[in-house]
Amino acid sequence: MHSFGYRANALLTFSVTALAFICAIASFSDKFSNQNPSAEIQILNINRLKKQSYGNDEVSLTLDISADLQSLFTWNTKQVFAFVAAEYESPMNSLNQVSLWDVIIPDKEHAKFRIQTSNKYRFIDQGHNLRGKEFNLTLHWHVMPKTGKMLADKIVMPGYSLPDAYK
Amino acid sequence: MDWQGQKVVEQLMQILLVISGVVAVVVGYATESFRTMMLIYAGGVVLATLVTVPNWPFYNRHPLEWLDPSEAEKHPKPQVVAKKRFSKK
Repeated sequence: MHSFGYRANALLTFSVTALAFICAIASFSDKFSNQNPSAEIQILNINRLKKQSYGNDEVSLTLDISADLQSLFTWNTKQVFAFVAAEYESPMNSLNQVSLWDVIIPDKEHAKFRIQTSNKYRFIDQGHNLRGKEFNLTLHWHVMPKTGKMLADKIVMPGYSLPDAYK
Repeated sequence: MDWQGQKVVEQLMQILLVISGVVAVVVGYATESFRTMMLIYAGGVVLATLVTVPNWPFYNRHPLEWLDPSEAEKHPKPQVVAKKRFSKK
């Protein structure tokens, strides 16, 4: 501690180490929060179920998505990324997951919402297996903290199905 | 800065930073504001820098007492006597 530079260096190192500790404590405090998100999705309408010119099936839906993700937000949350995926199996793949819609939720106020929308991203099968197909709609979310590890979870809602014929 | 001052400076720096860290976490958690935590800690770092890094006079209250030159001449340094090496047996 005999010179200015020595003291400045010691202070800088110690303060950055203490900062790392502070961020670790902040990240750890997330464990004490109760999280109970809820969601519900209804299919308002199946707009089109068609076969594309090069053979794959495509469906266009209108969805009614309502969700309450407010309990996911803590003081250490930067944003929550949520998306709806359709999950089903086909002869070619044991599990297909097709993302239909997503949103970035920046704060708690925007985390409780209801939206009616057609699918943001196209629902295209690898093949022509969608007629009469039963599928799950799953709401996935990624909680991105300000410091710490990202957390991902989901709610699976089974029981949706597509019509038996192209329309 | 003298030895006593250096010791005080090291302890003071560590204590100031630890305390500002603890206060930052507690206040930030209570107000649910990450930003508050960071601001309090940054303030603590600035305070610690201002208190410990510059060479303030109060760190120099116990200066080393060097021997006066006239006093030193009265006590000559001991001479090194060249010793005979042990002869091989």
